[in-house]
Amino acid sequence: MSALVSAAGAPTPAERFRDAVGVALVALLLGVPMIGLTTVDQGGALRVATRWPTLLAFVATAFFGRLVLRFVFDRLKKRRTALERASGAAGAGSHSASKSHGKILVLVGWLALGIALALPVVYADNRYVVDTATTVLIYVMLGWGLNVVVGLAGLLDLGYVAFYAVGAYSYALLSTQFGWGFWQALPVAGAITASFGLILGWPTLRLRGDYLAIVTLGFGEIIRVILVNWTAFSGGPNGIASIPRPSFFGLPFKPPGDTPTFASFFGLEYSPAQRIVFLYYLILALALLTNLFVTRLRRLPVGRAWEAMREDEIACKAMGMNVTNVKLSAFALGAMLGGFAGVFFAARQGFISPESFTFNESAIILAIVVLGGMGSQLGVVLASLVLVLLPELGRDFAEYRMLLFGTAMILIMIWKPAGILSQREPTLRYAAPGGGA
Amino acid sequence: MALALQQLINGLTLGAVYGLIAIGYTMVYGIIGMINFAHGDIYMVSAFIAVSGFTLLAGLGVGSVPLALVTVLLVSVLFTSVYGWAVERTAYRPLRGSTRLAPLISAIGMSIFLQNMVQLTQGARVKPIPPMLTGGIDLFSSDGFTVRLAYSQILIVVVTVALMSGFTWLITKTSFGRQQRSCEQDRTMTALLGIDVDRTISLTFMLGAALAAVAGVMVTVYYGVVDFYIGFVAGIKAFTAAVLGGVGSLPGAMLGGLIIGLIEAFWSAYLAAEYKDVATFSILILVLMFRPSGLLGRPEVEKV
Repeated sequence: MSALVSAAGAPTPAERFRDAVGVALVALLLGVPMIGLTTVDQGGALRVATRWPTLLAFVATAFFGRLVLRFVFDRLKKRRTALERASGAAGAGSHSASKSHGKILVLVGWLALGIALALPVVYADNRYVVDTATTVLIYVMLGWGLNVVVGLAGLLDLGYVAFYAVGAYSYALLSTQFGWGFWQALPVAGAITASFGLILGWPTLRLRGDYLAIVTLGFGEIIRVILVNWTAFSGGPNGIASIPRPSFFGLPFKPPGDTPTFASFFGLEYSPAQRIVFLYYLILALALLTNLFVTRLRRLPVGRAWEAMREDEIACKAMGMNVTNVKLSAFALGAMLGGFAGVFFAARQGFISPESFTFNESAIILAIVVLGGMGSQLGVVLASLVLVLLPELGRDFAEYRMLLFGTAMILIMIWKPAGILSQREPTLRYAAPGGGA
Repeated sequence: MALALQQLINGLTLGAVYGLIAIGYTMVYGIIGMINFAHGDIYMVSAFIAVSGFTLLAGLGVGSVPLALVTVLLVSVLFTSVYGWAVERTAYRPLRGSTRLAPLISAIGMSIFLQNMVQLTQGARVKPIPPMLTGGIDLFSSDGFTVRLAYSQILIVVVTVALMSGFTWLITKTSFGRQQRSCEQDRTMTALLGIDVDRTISLTFMLGAALAAVAGVMVTVYYGVVDFYIGFVAGIKAFTAAVLGGVGSLPGAMLGGLIIGLIEAFWSAYLAAEYKDVATFSILILVLMFRPSGLLGRPEVEKV
């Protein structure tokens, strides 16, 4: 393969053929144990079954696929180098280009907001669309919360789902055991999750990079194992059911009865869709508040401290910053936002169990932040759309959807290693008196 | 006392398996600084290859247990290292030199891919194989409890010790080992000295996969059941072992594996078995609080 890259011109057909044969050989070796052979249960004992035609098809696909892809990529590469040569020293205008790029992004952001606001009106009778959009928004909110920890503060957190779980269980327990309402429980649950963030943050302060990653992963598993096994507290694997739904300023979404309901108060005909739409706008409002909160925080000293710490922790220490407080604040705030999302999740589902809070969930939230482009708020929205809609669209071939999901994660990362909207610009930039940065 | 001894044996066996998988994590982390999340799934793939292999041999009428074991071990190591190579080539090499998180995400994607690939091609049900190595040595009994050293446990420990000594020799004494260690220290400088860095990294992945393959075959023989989800749990335990011992340190990975195996065995026997994962991770957090770079890891010296 290296010969292909180094060759001055296009590779000869013989080289292409040899390359494709190599790929086909690897495909054969990979395919024999997994595709060629399988074991089937026959009367209690296993028996080996073979699938040679499928294997042959797989190897042939690898061979011809490689030939075609290689050809297309070489063409693209050639065209790109030609273009780069033609444009020559056009790099001078890149700064203004990135500025207009930023303007376009702002426009796209407002457009997305407009679509989000209008969506339930357009699809008022389509419960599925509004439900899916609600799920997307939950992930957007989780992504924005994790973005504080990973994107801004640069602390790799693989157990973010723990905070989501703590938020969800806080609301579930407060409402089912003590009869608290959604709006009463929301701030309390946020405070509880924030303190969990501190509990996790405190022992891990000295850890760096991937040590931190594994500790957060462990923390997530600890929370999940406790939720599964401490049946008296959390209901164990059965979870907690019949969690009260949020009400509209005290007006429940119920069929008309003795007490005033949302429908009767506004003189509307009762329909279950009202609650769905209300939940949608609720999470939209929560997510937008989160976004506003985070973008504002980035301009405050604490937000600038996060970004500074992400770039260089030692320099921060040398400048006299209290790195401990900076890290803990990032953990606590990120956790709190995840907790809010959890409260909403519990209120929306009406039923929660530890199954919703596995490591896979953490991985998906992290993938949303990284795929979107670390630190980019709009990128999180795009990545949530991709990662939630992809499995939804794949429902027709349900068996393959997680396979495609994994493949898509790899391909997007290879295509755009810095994320779909890579933007690692500091929020504030020092403008040199003469130069004008 | 008898129970404690039995748990010691069980814990060491389990720890040996974790240690073998942990070495794959630690080597990959040492050489390219990434958590290879798909490593646990590579181990799972090897366990499935072992199931197919044992079933095929039994179907062909190979009755000799040692012959079957050796054949399956070799075949599984061969195919699994091809998987290790392919994973690195497709998902990680294109991302070399990009941000630290990009390979992590593609590794998570690869892990999801492998799990679902195996689920699709091999079925989602648990695969049992008939017990192969039954029996064992009864050491002694007291209070009606017999301490038993199963043959499969002896096999696991012996194979692990043999592999570890061979591996240590490979890394410390051979030319490949020197290349591998020099890539760990400084990839650019190694490349300047005329060493094919890409090849060394590929070989590292293949070696890690080969060790995971041995662990996979051993576990198949020991427990007799395999499903597509075993990779995840074993993977995070083994990675925890690698971190506990100090990422990048080979003896550390083995030590971490043994410690985690022992914690699990003793915790399950004397305290609550369902909380053994909580114990494992709590001890990890405690150790890292006092030794942030693991038990045998070198403290990171930061240069500005």
